[in-house]
Amino acid sequence: MSRIKGCFAQLKQEHKKALIPYVAAGDPNPEITVDLMHAMVASGADIIELGVPFSDPMADGPVIQKASERALVYGTSLSDVLAMVKTFRLTNNDTPVVLMGYLNPIEVMGYECFAKAAHDAGVDGVLTVDIPPEEAQSYIPALRACELDPIFLLSPTTTKDRMTIICQYASGFVYYVSVKGVTGTSALDTDEVAKRLAVIKEVTDLPIGVGFGIKNAETAAAVGQVADAVVVGSALVNLVEQNARSLSNEEGNKKITADISQVLVSMRTALDV
Amino acid sequence: MTIEQQTENKLSDMPDDNGHFGQYGGMFVPETLMEPLDELNQAYINYFQDPEFLAELDNDLAHYVGRPSPLYFAERWSRELGGAKIYLKREDLNHTGAHKVNNTVGQMLLAKRMGKTRIIAETGAGQHGVATATVAARLGLECVVYMGAEDIQRQALNVYRMKLLGAQVVSVESGSRTLKDALNEAMRDWVTNIDRTFYIIGTAAGPHPYPAMVRDFQAVIGREAREQSMQHEGRLPDALVACIGGGSNAIGLFYPFVDDQEVSMYGVEAAGHGLETGQHAAPLCAGKPGVLHGNRTYLMEDKHGQIIPTHSVSAGLDYPGVGPEHSWLKDIGRANYVSVTDEEALSGFHDLTRIEGIMPALESSHAMAYVKKLAPTMDKDQFIVVNLSGRGDKDIHTVATIDGIEF
Ligand SMILES: Cc1ncc(COP(=O)(O)O)c(C=O)c1O
Repeated sequence: MSRIKGCFAQLKQEHKKALIPYVAAGDPNPEITVDLMHAMVASGADIIELGVPFSDPMADGPVIQKASERALVYGTSLSDVLAMVKTFRLTNNDTPVVLMGYLNPIEVMGYECFAKAAHDAGVDGVLTVDIPPEEAQSYIPALRACELDPIFLLSPTTTKDRMTIICQYASGFVYYVSVKGVTGTSALDTDEVAKRLAVIKEVTDLPIGVGFGIKNAETAAAVGQVADAVVVGSALVNLVEQNARSLSNEEGNKKITADISQVLVSMRTALDV
Repeated sequence: MTIEQQTENKLSDMPDDNGHFGQYGGMFVPETLMEPLDELNQAYINYFQDPEFLAELDNDLAHYVGRPSPLYFAERWSRELGGAKIYLKREDLNHTGAHKVNNTVGQMLLAKRMGKTRIIAETGAGQHGVATATVAARLGLECVVYMGAEDIQRQALNVYRMKLLGAQVVSVESGSRTLKDALNEAMRDWVTNIDRTFYIIGTAAGPHPYPAMVRDFQAVIGREAREQSMQHEGRLPDALVACIGGGSNAIGLFYPFVDDQEVSMYGVEAAGHGLETGQHAAPLCAGKPGVLHGNRTYLMEDKHGQIIPTHSVSAGLDYPGVGPEHSWLKDIGRANYVSVTDEEALSGFHDLTRIEGIMPALESSHAMAYVKKLAPTMDKDQFIVVNLSGRGDKDIHTVATIDGIEF
C-alpha cells in the first residue's frame, strides 16, 4: 500500500482528519528544510507538501511567489529538493511527502527520469499545478510506473463531468481548491465547500483534501468537519517571510520552525476535538 | 513529421481540437482555468462561423482600425540594397500604431458577446496595452493592464497613453519585472475574477485557444498581403519577413501563406547583445522546448527548467517564450528562424527612417535589419514582403538615449 493510502486508512480508523502543511523547499534557505519537515511531523502533520521553487509560479499569490524567489536565490533546484526528501527519509520512513510545483522543471529532467529519482528519494505523490489530465497522457503512466500518486486539483469551476475524468486519473487523494483564485488570497466559505465536496464524493471514493484559504485553527477545524484533509500553505509561509527578513539565517530558522510548529499544534488540537 | 507527410493534411489545418501543433501548444494551466478556456474556445469556434460577427469585425477593421493597410513598395531602399524588391506591410498605419489592434478589436467583440464586463491584458512595449485600453474605452468597459516595472520605465509614453484612455496600469514587481511576469500576473487576476473578466492576450501564445485565436484575428495581415502582392506583382512573394516577440505579427503574416511552399518565411528574433552572450530573447534560435504560460514551446531556460532573464533593446520582443505554432513550423522546417542584435536592429531603424521616411518600432526594426541581409542575396526580379508591425514614436526616447542625446 502506498504511504498516502496507508496514512488515510489509519486516520480513518482513528476518526481523525489529515493535517497537511505546505512549505516551499529551500525557503528561506536550504538549511532549514529537512529540520522543518521533522518539526512539522512532531507538531501534528500527517502528510507534508513540499513546494518545488519555480521562476514563474502562475497559480500562486504573492506570499508563495516570494517563497519561490527566496529559495531560488540559493538556486534550489528540483534535484536539490529530491535530495532534501532523501535526507528526511533517513530518519522518517512513515510520513508521506507530496511534491507540489510546476511542470517545466520536470519536463527538463524528463518524466521517467524524474519519476524514478522521486521514488528513489522517497517521494509519495506529485501535484503538478499546470498539467491537467488532458495533457498528462504520458506523464501519469510515468508516475504510476514508479508508484507515485498523481494528485490533481479540483476547483469551483470544475464541472461534474470533468471531476469524473480527473478522479479516474488521480490516486492518493484529490485536492479541492476552495476558492477561485491564487494561493493565499480570499477566505473560504465553508458552506459552499461542503456543497462541492458532496458532489465530489458522488464521483470518487478517494480522500478529499481542501486547501487555499485556511488561515488558522478555526478555519482548519471548520473544513475538517467536511473534508478528509486540510492543507495549509500561505499562513505558514507568511511566518517564514516575517522572520526571514529580520533575523540571521540561524536565528531566523529557529524562530520560523518554532512559529510554524506552534500554528500546526493549534490546528492539530482544533482538528482533533 | 516531415513537410511531405503533413501537406496531405494541410499545414493550415493546425492546431488539432486540443490546441496542439505537433508536440507544441496545448492547455497547461491550473484546473480553475480549464472550464473558462473551454467556454472561450466554444465562443471562438461559434463566432468565427457567424456571419454577423464576421461582418461586425470587418466593419470595425475597416472604419476603426483603418484597414486594409497599404503594401508599400520601398523603392529607394530596394535600390540601395541592390537585390530583391522590398514591400512593407504598413501595420504601423493602423489606429494606435501597430498590428496589436487587429487582435484587440476581435477579442473585444468576443468579450462583448460573452457578456464580460471587465477586460484585462498584459503588455510589454505597451502597444498591446494601448490597443486594449483603446477598445475598452470605446465600449466603456473597465480595463486593467499588467506591465512589468522595468517596461513601465522603458515605455513611459505608452503608460501615459493607457491612463489617458481610462485603463488602470498595474506595475508588476515580481520575477524579472518584464513581459513574462506581467503575463503571470494577468493569469492570476483571471483565475481570481473569472466570472466577469475577459483576458485579452496580446500575442499568439498562452493556452489554447489563444494561439489559434490570436492568429486568426491577425491573419487579416497575410490575407491582405496576398491580395496586394497579386495586384502589385501578379504573383505571391518569394519571401516573408517578420519580427518575433510572442509571434503574433509574424503568424498573422505567415498563416495565409503556409500552404504555399514556394513562399519562404523568416521569423526574426531578438539576439540582444548577441546569442553567444546569453543576453538575448531568441528561444527559437537558442532555446529548448519546455512548458510556460499554458503551452509547450521553445523557451529560454536554465538546466533546471527555470526561466531565465531575457534581453532585448525592444520591450515587445523581450519574452522568453514564443507562440507554439512557430515552434512547430521550425521543427517541420516550414519557416526559418533567425536573429539580429540590438545594434543591427538600430541600424534597421535608422535606415528605414532616413531612406524611406518611415520610422519603424524597434520590434519591427529587427525585421528591417534582417531584410538588409536577405534582400541583397536575392534576385532583382524577386520580392519580399516585410511586416512593418508598428511605428517608432514610442521608441524615440530609447533610440535617443542610445545615440547619446538628452532632451
Ligand atoms: C510593434 C510591435 N511589433 C511586434 C511586437 C512583438 O509581438 P508579436 O511577436 O506578438 O508580434 C510588438 C509587441 O509589443 C510590437 O509592439
